[in-house]
Amino acid sequence: MADDLAKPDELLSGIGHKPPKTGWMDTPVNIRKGMYCYASNPKSVDYLGLPNARQWNPMEEDWKLPENWKQILHEGFRERLDRFRSFKVFMDICVRCGACADKCHFFIGTGDPKNMPVLRAELLRSIYRNDFTLAGKLLGKVAGAREMTFDVLKEWWYYLFQCTECRRCSVFCPYGIDTAEITIMGRELLNLIGLNIDWIATPVANCYRTGNHLGIQPHAFKDMLDFFVEDVEDITGVNVEPQYNKKGADILFITPSGDVFADPGTYTCMGYLILFHYLKEKYGFDITWSTYASEGGNFGFFTSHETMKRLNSKMYAEAKRLGVKWILGGECGHMWRVINQYMDTMNGPADFMEVPVSPITGTKFENASGTKMVHIAEFTADLIKHGKLELDPSRNDNLKVTYHDSCNPSRGMGMLDEPRYVIQNACNHFYEMPANTIRENTFCCGSGAGLNAGEDMELRMTGGLPRANAVKYVHEKHGVNMLSCVCAVDRAALPALMEYWVPEVDVVGMTELVGNALILPGEKERETDLRGEPLPGMEEEE
Amino acid sequence: MNLKELLEKRKTAITKKWFDTVVETYPSDTSRFLKKQKDPFDNPVGSTTLQGVEGMFDELLGNMDQEVITSFLDPIIRIRAVQAFSASKATGFIFFLKAIIRESIKDEIRQNQTDELLSIESRIDELGLIAFDIYMSCRETLFRIKAEEEKKRTFSAFERAGLIKEI
Repeated sequence: MADDLAKPDELLSGIGHKPPKTGWMDTPVNIRKGMYCYASNPKSVDYLGLPNARQWNPMEEDWKLPENWKQILHEGFRERLDRFRSFKVFMDICVRCGACADKCHFFIGTGDPKNMPVLRAELLRSIYRNDFTLAGKLLGKVAGAREMTFDVLKEWWYYLFQCTECRRCSVFCPYGIDTAEITIMGRELLNLIGLNIDWIATPVANCYRTGNHLGIQPHAFKDMLDFFVEDVEDITGVNVEPQYNKKGADILFITPSGDVFADPGTYTCMGYLILFHYLKEKYGFDITWSTYASEGGNFGFFTSHETMKRLNSKMYAEAKRLGVKWILGGECGHMWRVINQYMDTMNGPADFMEVPVSPITGTKFENASGTKMVHIAEFTADLIKHGKLELDPSRNDNLKVTYHDSCNPSRGMGMLDEPRYVIQNACNHFYEMPANTIRENTFCCGSGAGLNAGEDMELRMTGGLPRANAVKYVHEKHGVNMLSCVCAVDRAALPALMEYWVPEVDVVGMTELVGNALILPGEKERETDLRGEPLPGMEEEE
Repeated sequence: MNLKELLEKRKTAITKKWFDTVVETYPSDTSRFLKKQKDPFDNPVGSTTLQGVEGMFDELLGNMDQEVITSFLDPIIRIRAVQAFSASKATGFIFFLKAIIRESIKDEIRQNQTDELLSIESRIDELGLIAFDIYMSCRETLFRIKAEEEKKRTFSAFERAGLIKEI
């Protein structure tokens, strides 16, 4: 803060209110505290066998790059242009129409023009033109080309980590350019010279070693679930002890580890336990958790295609080892983009499993026939549709709920109605946010793609502003006090966002609402919800 | 016509000028967007700023009710407190209004109205002080959120390691 303060002479000289007007290429990057995440821990980079592991600090002049870093980037760029047809096309076809420019939550929130998706892509395109096109080579800046320099590299690093790969911009692109894919490629290139952030690198290394981002070892993972079992028993009087690592179980359940270790995801986790126990008692449902494939999320996706593939393969290796028929996946965001858009051609098709069929309703999930992995919202919506769940939505009557479409399930797999259907069956008061902020137009939480660290709080708050602004509207109009979602990063990121912008609103996972409403066979009269708060009508007995 | 009535009459022009000047504190590509896009959900910064300056101008000529002023000023400062502005730049837009008002009435103002003008300007100073309070409280909230997140993470790490025993 204090180092931000202007000196008296700066105040006098800066009396004009307008910032200097320079072309984007001539506006130097100013790496600002609060807007970036710490550099990756060399131990994590080293563990993954990724290049140039060393301690470095983006605020220092020396980034300790390999001497031939320009050559590495140039060759990496060329290799990816050859390997990924989409990347090559996206580099070539943009006509800079500007349709995407004002659609990015980071642009809307920060007001920084370099966060316009078109400009973020131009960071790479300008180098592409210079290095790989004739026009760029001949005409240089006139053709929008420029040479790679250390300043350009700084710009790449700063702005490619101010994109959550949410793909809202791509919805509006008349050419269908997926700017998220450009960020993905850009980050992959940065990783070639060791320029990752630690909020990604360390979770990836943890996941590679122990099976989850937090580095939770199997016994601790089980301990945590045991705590939830105790809590659920206190609240409902029913023991919902799950199965672990059971060979020959019908279904394997995989969810982000955030649900096991971070509030309010933990309550969603209790919801899973309640749901699975209910189905076991009523219909003999046979599902197992794994203490090894204990992570649905995949921060490898934010590092490189190879790293994503390595982490994803662990889930399938565990499914094979246990011999399950299919996988049920918990509430997560980017996990579903990896599954839905990459897994099938990356590690799949997973032919050692069966096309998922709900053992309770008989519904065949054809959409998951390649990956053999079904989203819990689809699975639960199907159960409700067939009348298989006994729900008492009045237990959620103290909540006025709205739904935040998490970017990846909505835009990455088109899952728009299932979570809404489940939530509206689990609670009585539901209100939608304005149409241009939900469904495929949803605004990102501002902390996805590995940016949910503590040190970049200003970035998170500005990036989340458009989402918070829509929540504020339904809070003021309808008294909404609960923001629901189906993503673990949302559950970790949105509470801080709400606290800053709309402190009256809390955050909940879909399955927590189901867990509150579901009437377990043999349960005692519940007095509190899963958070230990009195249920509606039970307040006076406190 | 006294000065207040004159300013009342010119409200639309003055608040528009004030709004334009505020959004021009952003880079020009951004300020164009902030002025053009009218949907409050596609352009929360622009619409919050516009609503805010209009509401504050009414209070400036009205009762100077602190609660009402805060309801208009807080949303603007809350945004600027997390954007790339120093404290002075985040709050200083309040004082733009002085120059805008002087410019707007320079042909009409008469000698005996300077007291009235000075009183309006004192009110603008008051807005500036309220803006400063809001800015500080936003920054404090931000730091508290950061600290709480860290605390929670550390606490759960200890808890996980079995190092904590609750009474």
